[in-house]
This record gives sequence, structure tokens and C-alpha cells, in this order.
Amino acid sequence: MTRRRLQAVANEAKLLLIGIPVLLWTLLPIYHLFLFAISPKQSAFSGNLWPEEPTLRNFEIVLSQQHYFLTHFWQQLGNSILIAVATGVITLFIATTAAFAISRLRARGGRLVMNLALFTYFIPAAFLAVPMYRTMGLYGLLNSRWALILAMVTVASPYAIWVLKQASDKLPYELDEAAIVDGASPMQLFRLVYLPLMMPSLVAVGTYALLLAWNEYLYAFLLLSRDTDITLPVALGNFLAADDSPWELLMTTGFIYALPPAAIYYAFRRYMVAGLTAGAVKS
Amino acid sequence: MNDIAVYEADLATKRVRRRWSAWEVWGVALLVPYVLVFLLFVIYPVAYGFWLARDPQAYVALFEDPIFVRAVFNTLVFILVGVNLKMMIALLLSGFFVHERLWIRWLSVLFILPWAVPSIPTILSLRFMLNPEWGLVNQLIFRLTAEDGPNWLNDPSLGLTFAILVHIWKSLPFWTLVLVSGRLAISRDLYEAAAVDGAGRIQQFRFITWPSMSTLYITCLLLSMIWTLGDFNSVYLLTGGGPADLTHVLATLGIRYLRLDAVNLSMATIVSAMPIVLPLVYFMMKRLSR
Repeated sequence: MTRRRLQAVANEAKLLLIGIPVLLWTLLPIYHLFLFAISPKQSAFSGNLWPEEPTLRNFEIVLSQQHYFLTHFWQQLGNSILIAVATGVITLFIATTAAFAISRLRARGGRLVMNLALFTYFIPAAFLAVPMYRTMGLYGLLNSRWALILAMVTVASPYAIWVLKQASDKLPYELDEAAIVDGASPMQLFRLVYLPLMMPSLVAVGTYALLLAWNEYLYAFLLLSRDTDITLPVALGNFLAADDSPWELLMTTGFIYALPPAAIYYAFRRYMVAGLTAGAVKS
Repeated sequence: MNDIAVYEADLATKRVRRRWSAWEVWGVALLVPYVLVFLLFVIYPVAYGFWLARDPQAYVALFEDPIFVRAVFNTLVFILVGVNLKMMIALLLSGFFVHERLWIRWLSVLFILPWAVPSIPTILSLRFMLNPEWGLVNQLIFRLTAEDGPNWLNDPSLGLTFAILVHIWKSLPFWTLVLVSGRLAISRDLYEAAAVDGAGRIQQFRFITWPSMSTLYITCLLLSMIWTLGDFNSVYLLTGGGPADLTHVLATLGIRYLRLDAVNLSMATIVSAMPIVLPLVYFMMKRLSR
């Protein structure tokens, strides 16, 4: 009996031996970010694991735009929100209509469109960035927030279509047939039958596109350049270019910028994990 | 009689055809938004990109540039060493996360954070942690040994190693989760039967876990390789390609040439990545479009 207990304890110890390093590895960079955000300027560089006098002064400076690096903080936060929300909404519209046409209406060429979208999804977005940058220049959209919104819609919609198509293939076709017998038009079928049933997937896909746009750095810094147009990550990147960067303010801004996606992720965790990981890898 | 039957059947097909054509019209109409986006922002840029990269001289210049050769090497290290290492850790950790304990469930909630938060703040945080004078790492080294730590990011191989570690830190949670769901799909009866037959941990892995997960694992591995080829942030935000442009990968090198106003070289770099990208994409398409 004691031997079995001993083995159970040894088992728990083994698990802890994995769990604790995993926890440290995961949290260290995030904790370091937080540490800088609550440290006064002088003690931020001391190498202590907890500041002697934790303070919210940095947040105050950032939120009231008191540093010359931060004169457009609220504007840039607003740009980030605007671009993320617009990307989410437009992607949702494009992907839902396409998935409905491919999966439920079995549109001509639907399979081809699906394969093209899938192909686009697999090409890393970073490789499309340079041609996209040049093309936006030709379209006269460079330095306009629309350029970033359209680029992010392009990047987000293939995966969105694919996830929605997978989800709508699972809906029973008897529903459509019943609606058609009752004389429903395609649009009525879409609005009254399809959309309500697809809600969980729509939430997952909308959130996916929104977070993708919020987190994007490469496209944002290529396509936008005016201080009043750029998003927060580009502003953070610009901090780096200066030699006298106020690191504690950079980290504070970064911390504020990282909060919404973390919050959204945890709020929609149930949808996100099931909807996205299941879609990501179907073996 | 016969005629009438034929006539009626004809009428019926006509009616069906007319009725279905409205549905067909809607089907095509609803595809238009995405097709427009695809034509304007994928096809046109790609065609234009290839046109910009049409000059054979650009490739000669590129292959003579030692920075390009180094970037190809770095990219291969990144996807062959980095991605394989990451997926092996993910496979092992997925075995840890399937244990049913309350604290492990809480840990998995925290574990997802690197994937859930944007990369720029955390990478900058790591970058400062590695700062030779003021960074946390070297301050700790100084306190413990009274000696100065190395200038981490000023060494090309250390810089690349840290870029790979940043990449692993960021994307490990996602792949671990995917593999956890793969492990949870395996019937527990199999393990119980194996345990009764006296199979140890390693044998259980070899004869039950791996055969059930190998397809999923290979799919994940290939997908992760493709995505890692496009990982711009881990390198650019940590080392900026430096020191002396020795830590570039193909994704960051394209942007470097663009900033140097050499668009043809930039596009040529991207085209040069295609022999690695396209075969992987082809495998993925075959696997997923079934």
C-alpha cells in the first residue's frame, strides 16, 4: 500500500518537474514586459525581479500621451481598432457568402475557388507582402488605412472560407430541402436557415480575422507610414529606430496593446480552440 | 400518350432547370466578392511580382551576394532544425497536457498566452532581456559570477539560435494543442489493454500513440514548415537581420532589399524561396483537399 502511494507521489513529482519549467518558459517574457511596465524609469534597468517601488506612472504617461514618442497614442490605438474591426466584418461577409455558395448552393466553379483559396492560405503571407506593397502603390492606396484593411482581408479570407465550408458541409441538407419545398428563395435560406446555424463558426472566424489584423506588423509597417495613420505595432517598431528609446514606455505601450487580444482570446476560447484547431489540421 | 409523357417530362426538366438557374445565379453571385479580392490582391500582385523578377541578371546578382547565401542557409536551419525541434517538444508536451489534473488544466490556460498575444511586445521584451548591459540575463550572470555575460545578439549563430527559440516560444502552444486533440482522439481501451499485456511507456508510445498520430504529426510538421518560412517577426524584431546581415532568413531578406530600393532583388529572393514553398504546398493541398 505504501509502495503504491510512493509511486503516486513520484508520478506527481515527475509531472511537476515538467510543469514548472513549462510555466517559467511561458511566462518569463510576459512577466518581464509587465515588470518594465510597472517599474519607474531608474529601477527598470536594475535587474531586480520585482521593482522596489511599483508604480502606474508609466501607464499615466502613455495614456495621457506625455512623451514625444507617444503624441498619437490614442489615434494609433483607434487605427488599430478600426482596421481590426473592419477586417473582421469584411472577411466575415466575403467568407460567409463564398462558403454558402460553395457548400450549400454548390455553385459552378465553387471547387476551383475553394482550391485557389486554399492555395493562397498555404503561401506564407510574408512572401506576398512585397508584391502587395507595390500593387497598393499602383492602386493609389498606399498610406491609406484601406490598403491595410484590404490586405488583411486578402490574407484572412482563405482560411475563413475553408473553416466555414468545413462547418457548413456538416449541416444536414434536409434542412435546405425542407426550406426549398416551403418556397424559400436562396437569400431566405441564407438568412433564416444558414446564418443562425453557423453562428459558432462565424464567431470563431470573425475573431480570427480581427486578431490577425490587430496583431499584424509586417503589412502595417509596409503599407502605412504617417504617424496619424499607423497602427500601434508600427509605432512600437518605430520606437526601436531611436537610440534614446524610453524602454519602460515602450513596454507599457506593448502591454496595453497585448491586453485586448488576450482578453478576446480568453472570452472566446471555447469557440476558438474547437473551431480553429479542428479546422487547421484535418488529417 | 407517349408524346404527352415526353412533353410532360420535358416540361418538368425545363421547370427544374429554370428553377435551378436562379440558384445557380445566386451561387455565382455570392462567389463574386471573394473572386474580386482574389483577382485584385492575389493574382495581380503575384503576376506583377513575377514580372518584376523576370530579369535573369537579378538572380546572378542574388546568388553572388553572400548575404543571400547566408539567408538560404539560415532559412534551412530554421525549418529543418527549428521546426523539427518544436514539433518534437510539442509531441512530448502533448503527452503531459493530456493528464487529468486541475493544475494542469490551469497551466494549459496560461500556456496558450504566447500564441494569444501579439508578437511584437513579447519579442521586444525578450530583446531587452538579452541586452548586454542592461538586460535581465546578463545582470543575473553578473550577480552570480561577477563576470560580464556575452553580447548575445551580436553573435550571428547565437542570434539565429535565439530567433529560433523566439519562434518556438510563440508557436509551440498552438501545435501542442493540436497534438493534444490528436492524443485525446485515441481510445483509452488500447492503453489499458496494452498495460494489461505488460507494455511499458515507451512501448505504448511506439505501438499505440505513434501509429495513431503519425499522419497528424506529419501534416502539422509540413504546415509548420511552410508557415515558418514566412516567419518575418521572430528574426526581424529580435535581431533585425544583424549583426552584419548575417541572421537574415528569406522572409526578412526580401524586405531588406525592398528597403534598399532593389525591388527586382527583393522579388527574386521571394521567387527563389518557391522551390522550397511549392512542393510543401503541393503536399498540403493533396492532404487537405480530399
